[in-house]
Amino acid sequence: MEKIRVENLYKVFGHDPLKGVKLLEQGKSKDQIMDETGMGVGVANASFHANEGEIVVIMGLSGSGKSTLIRLINRLIDPTAGEVFVDGKNVTRLSVEELRQCRQNHFGMVFQNFALFPHRTVLKNTEFGLEVKQVDPEERTQAAMKALEQVGLKGHEHSYPDQLSGGMQQRVGLARALALNADIMLMDEAFSALDPLIRRDMQDELLALQEQMQKTILFVSHDLDEALKLGDRIVLMKDGVIVQQGTAEEILTNPANDYVAKFVEDVDMSKIITAENVMIKPLELSYYETDGPKTAIHRMSKAGSDYLFVRKDKQLQGVVTIEDVVAAKKKGETDLHSILKTDHTVVTLDTPANELFNIINDKPYPIAVVNENKRLVGVVTKTSLFTGLADNIQEGDQ
Amino acid sequence: MYKLPIGKAIESSIDFFVDQFSFITKGISSVTEAGIDILVGTLMFFPPWLLILIISAGAWAVTRKKGHGLGIFSLLGLGLVWNMGLWEPTVSTIALVLIATMVSIVIGVPLGIMAALNKTFYRIVMPILDFMQTMPAFVYLIPAIPFFGLGPVAAIFSTVIFSVPPSIRLTSLGIRQVPTELVEAADAFACTKWQKLTKLQIPIATPTIMAGINQTIMLALSMVVIAAMIGARGLGGEVWKAIQRLQPGRGFEAGLGIVIVAIILDRVMQQFGEQKQ
Repeated sequence: MEKIRVENLYKVFGHDPLKGVKLLEQGKSKDQIMDETGMGVGVANASFHANEGEIVVIMGLSGSGKSTLIRLINRLIDPTAGEVFVDGKNVTRLSVEELRQCRQNHFGMVFQNFALFPHRTVLKNTEFGLEVKQVDPEERTQAAMKALEQVGLKGHEHSYPDQLSGGMQQRVGLARALALNADIMLMDEAFSALDPLIRRDMQDELLALQEQMQKTILFVSHDLDEALKLGDRIVLMKDGVIVQQGTAEEILTNPANDYVAKFVEDVDMSKIITAENVMIKPLELSYYETDGPKTAIHRMSKAGSDYLFVRKDKQLQGVVTIEDVVAAKKKGETDLHSILKTDHTVVTLDTPANELFNIINDKPYPIAVVNENKRLVGVVTKTSLFTGLADNIQEGDQ
Repeated sequence: MYKLPIGKAIESSIDFFVDQFSFITKGISSVTEAGIDILVGTLMFFPPWLLILIISAGAWAVTRKKGHGLGIFSLLGLGLVWNMGLWEPTVSTIALVLIATMVSIVIGVPLGIMAALNKTFYRIVMPILDFMQTMPAFVYLIPAIPFFGLGPVAAIFSTVIFSVPPSIRLTSLGIRQVPTELVEAADAFACTKWQKLTKLQIPIATPTIMAGINQTIMLALSMVVIAAMIGARGLGGEVWKAIQRLQPGRGFEAGLGIVIVAIILDRVMQQFGEQKQ
């Protein structure tokens, strides 16, 4: 069932936001509007939905409008134009008092830098939402204790936030949102300020909690790995615009545009995928030094290649190109010494894919991949790099 | 050369207000004066040694985490004041300062909160405070007399005007300094404005507000001496008498009494500010 629906939502910051919306509708970009009017575009024409019990990750680099978008939904920031529906009710039309009730009933929020109240104990922090709601003290303490237990903080209820580690502080943040027992959780870069190991633990725990709770979660993140792990669906933003939304698999295998492709490539493949995953066999392309131009031409035509790696005693010596080999043959030379080029690039098996991208663009020939004994074990061509990446991502998904 | 009639304008407007409202201010004056008399009378009802013990014990209790220094200092310092024969003026100075400070807090803290929450109000209030603080303190004494008559109430009036700005300023600063992410969290958890103020902004701003109140007390103490010129009694009055009779020794003793009271009040207030952090 659909829980949250966002339709054509805009936020423009500045002196005349409605004019900004008009300019956006005319197809102007964020930068153009900034140059022409000095107004900042937070979110432009965003539409998406989240189903009940679903985790939707809103992803994008910093400045892409993802944190603004999540705040437009509970109206911590008022939208300039557009609608937000929660359970079919239009949140953008609510009065101040109705909005407060809506926040109490629907929205628990977790913040990037925890935003715990330093003058309140862990328990008092956790109770905060219920205290504001004027729930009976005994009942709210009970609810808060239960939430603290859920996040593994039992026994720390009388500590103050500054006595806890970052990971524990964010557990309090999570408990504070849970204790409210709202059906939607807004999590703004909730784990970004934590170090990687603790972040992974928190992700696991969130998933475990979600198994029992089945809340609707909007999770803002700039980390693709986090998005892949948590998100049932991913909404990808750039410059205030939603550039693509779908399941992780849809986005990875079928990026809507270069930006998505680059995002996906930068964050994920480059780290995990190395030369070993994307190289092809070198056998048909290599050649012994003792052979001459005629044999080289034969080999090249057979392999359909315009260059050839040359090796001697399995040690890589250099590379020859088809033009040079043909010229040498015309001159009647009998070996490849005079035309051997040694400016080829050699990488090891564990070189990450993002480095290969940089190298391969500058070079006329493929990259040679050698093992620890300096033996040629493969080559990486542009084609092999791209097809290899695509294959690896699909395998990784399954 | 033509002289702009600024002074005349002020005088005639003060005259106007005095004519229209002095029955109110005079009424306030006599009620307050009765209050001061009762407060001083009550304090003087205790034998000096007992009151010194009570004050010292209080100062010790508040600051004992930091050691016994202030407790001992209070005991010796107030003992010295008693010994110098300045006990009664000291008590009346403390009473004046306490009343002036309370009035300053009652006026200053709410104004500071309003200034923090309302930009327009902030823009109006801040230049007025600058004006109040740079205008020489003596000037406030003059209009106080027609409104309140010579005596302690006129002194309290000018003391409040002189000492209220830090309370307003620092309250406003403290509230504005509450981290925006905390304010945002309070909003996200559906606080009303009042809840946000009482559950978040005031508690977080308390150390800064206390620093403002501390400054207010110190300014009030310095003004109380000046206000002696228009009939404030107490240590200020002793200093003033010493000036008129050219008695440097007597003046120094009274000044020493003020320093002792100032140190005790300052340390106690500082401790309140820190405890809240």
